[in-house]
Amino acid sequence: MKEIVVISGKGGTGKTSITGCFAALAENAILADCDVDAADLHMLLAPEIISRTDFISGHEAVIREDDCTGCGICRKNCKFDAIDLTSEGKCRVNPFSCEGCMVCVEVCPEKAIDFPPNLCGEWYFSHTRFGPMVHARLGIAQENSGKLVSTVRREAAAKAEELKKDLLIVDGPPGIGCPVIASITGASLLVVVTEPTISGKHDMKRVLQLAKHFSVPALVIVNKWDINPEMTAEIEKESLLGGAHPIGRIPYDRAFTVAQINGRTLVEETTGAVVENIITIWEKVCRKLK
Amino acid sequence: MRIAVASGKGGTGKTTVAVAIAMAATEPVMYADCDVEEPNGSIFLKPEVYEIKKVLVDVPVIDEEKCTSCGKCARFCQFNALVSLGTPPLVFPELCHSCGGCAIVCPADAISWKGNSIGEISLGKADGGRVSVVQGKLDVGGVLAPPVIRQVKSHIPHDGLSVIDCPPGTSCPVIESIGEADYVLLVTEPTPFGLHDLKLAVETVRELGMPFAVVINRFDEGDLGVEDYCGEENILIMVKIPHRRAMAETYSRGGTLLDGIPEMREIFKDIPRIIERGIEEK
Amino acid sequence: MKIAVPTSGKTLESQVDNRFGRASGFVVFNTEDGTFVYADNSQNLNAAQGAGTQASQNVAGTGAGVVIAPSYGPNAFRVLNSVGIKTFISAPGTVKENIDNYIAGNLSETDAANVEGHW
Repeated sequence: MKEIVVISGKGGTGKTSITGCFAALAENAILADCDVDAADLHMLLAPEIISRTDFISGHEAVIREDDCTGCGICRKNCKFDAIDLTSEGKCRVNPFSCEGCMVCVEVCPEKAIDFPPNLCGEWYFSHTRFGPMVHARLGIAQENSGKLVSTVRREAAAKAEELKKDLLIVDGPPGIGCPVIASITGASLLVVVTEPTISGKHDMKRVLQLAKHFSVPALVIVNKWDINPEMTAEIEKESLLGGAHPIGRIPYDRAFTVAQINGRTLVEETTGAVVENIITIWEKVCRKLK
Repeated sequence: MRIAVASGKGGTGKTTVAVAIAMAATEPVMYADCDVEEPNGSIFLKPEVYEIKKVLVDVPVIDEEKCTSCGKCARFCQFNALVSLGTPPLVFPELCHSCGGCAIVCPADAISWKGNSIGEISLGKADGGRVSVVQGKLDVGGVLAPPVIRQVKSHIPHDGLSVIDCPPGTSCPVIESIGEADYVLLVTEPTPFGLHDLKLAVETVRELGMPFAVVINRFDEGDLGVEDYCGEENILIMVKIPHRRAMAETYSRGGTLLDGIPEMREIFKDIPRIIERGIEEK
Repeated sequence: MKIAVPTSGKTLESQVDNRFGRASGFVVFNTEDGTFVYADNSQNLNAAQGAGTQASQNVAGTGAGVVIAPSYGPNAFRVLNSVGIKTFISAPGTVKENIDNYIAGNLSETDAANVEGHW
């Protein structure tokens, strides 16, 4: 099985819209949404959820108020200011601030603090009109480490094997931090979707450094290229220097927004030059995979 | 007045809005860039930096003379930052959350602390000195954004106007960034993606009990889903920014919203006062 | 000598997992008698961070002297190195193919972490 990961560096470049097109054009593929912070691919693919699984990471402290004497030793030792005093003089953990270090559990003289596993989200296995899909949702205020990304990729790969799929298409996370690294290690091919802006160029360079570091071949697409043709040319030059082939330019086109509003991928929404262009880009991606 | 500018997803124009508020104001203002993984307010504000400071966090140092290799510290550490294989523990500073637990459980008093650098803070002045800029930047490969954000926040004055550029999303660095602000502006796009991510952001600020309003960027480019949602949920739409190709081009070159769409200046100048009045009324 | 290989299956015919720290387990092969055991690593699938250091401790606990994996993060490498476990780079394929290749001297040893930490 081959695995394509679509990433962007900065957000808002059209990564998910393009991933949606790839999903529609691919044959015998499985899809994964690893953009767990802003998981939007499901809005184009309308997955029907087959199974849900809790996503658990680390622990959180919970004070049993009945057993708490309000001595404040936990508050004094908490380095994250995560313990508040209630109006009844009891201690209470603020789950938004708690990092799950267990220090309060250790120092509480009454042993009044529980330390249950921390439920931080859910992941799903679903059916879509373009094939099976694995996706996830992270709870509010949870640390977005690479872990949920790793889980989604691993489960998608396992399903791919089980269902005899040849290709896994991953909508990757934005940024250049841990979640991105977790999404690209061991992939067959990276497709970087960028835009011709200063931050678009900056982030593409950093993403390509990561690709090089992990020896994953990369291709670059410049979306909305006509907003700044000179910057587009610069980005394409930079991408070559960074070891990645620029394989296409996509002009600014409101059709992407219209397709999104209609809950469809662009290639389902319309026809003509803009779609031909995407198909050509997809064919280049497939050739590179072989 | 501390205004946090946040968004459910990246690329909606969060930095554009934060910079426009700072640049449209006529009084002194503090611009705090808490998007420490990709701080790019400076691309637009172009501050003169006068000081750069390292962000240090405490990590354990093992006194091997005193250490009995009991392994209690490594078993206690929830972050796997200490590893003991029947030896004095190996310390992995970049995994350490500085909770202090290892020193508490160590029976031999063998653990002390030293500062470990995880990022930097830069201080600068923009717009002829009127705009103070504090920017946090996480080291490449660094994973602990909150301590860097806390350092940025320590430079935000209690009085006067401050604009806080938050990281995108709803995960814990965002909560760290918007905590203690007086008001939150959520920037979104009028698309299904924008609406979906806005709903998560609204859920987050409501959970935190913070007053907030929405800014719709490129409002004439999509559908009415975001406006309908704000109407149903009784959420104030602070400002709607039109889509202009000229703006996209200006932005791509590092120009601000006020350069691209000059008539927005008056509107952005009024935002802090509108917010102030709104808070007073409540 | 014992050789540990990360895998998502539990047999010699299973594929080598492409991650070391977050592999679901290790097949530990004993070259002296040709037997193998499976060492579970699944608690690390859910480790918030530090999976590499924890997996390395699990491997050390099996008594393995050699690990064959596609890549090693700096933390995993440091732990393995501190207890003298040798680290070899696997090729795509099954656990058995990699062990055979190792015995035949076809795999190369790495003396440094070959990927950045990523958790």
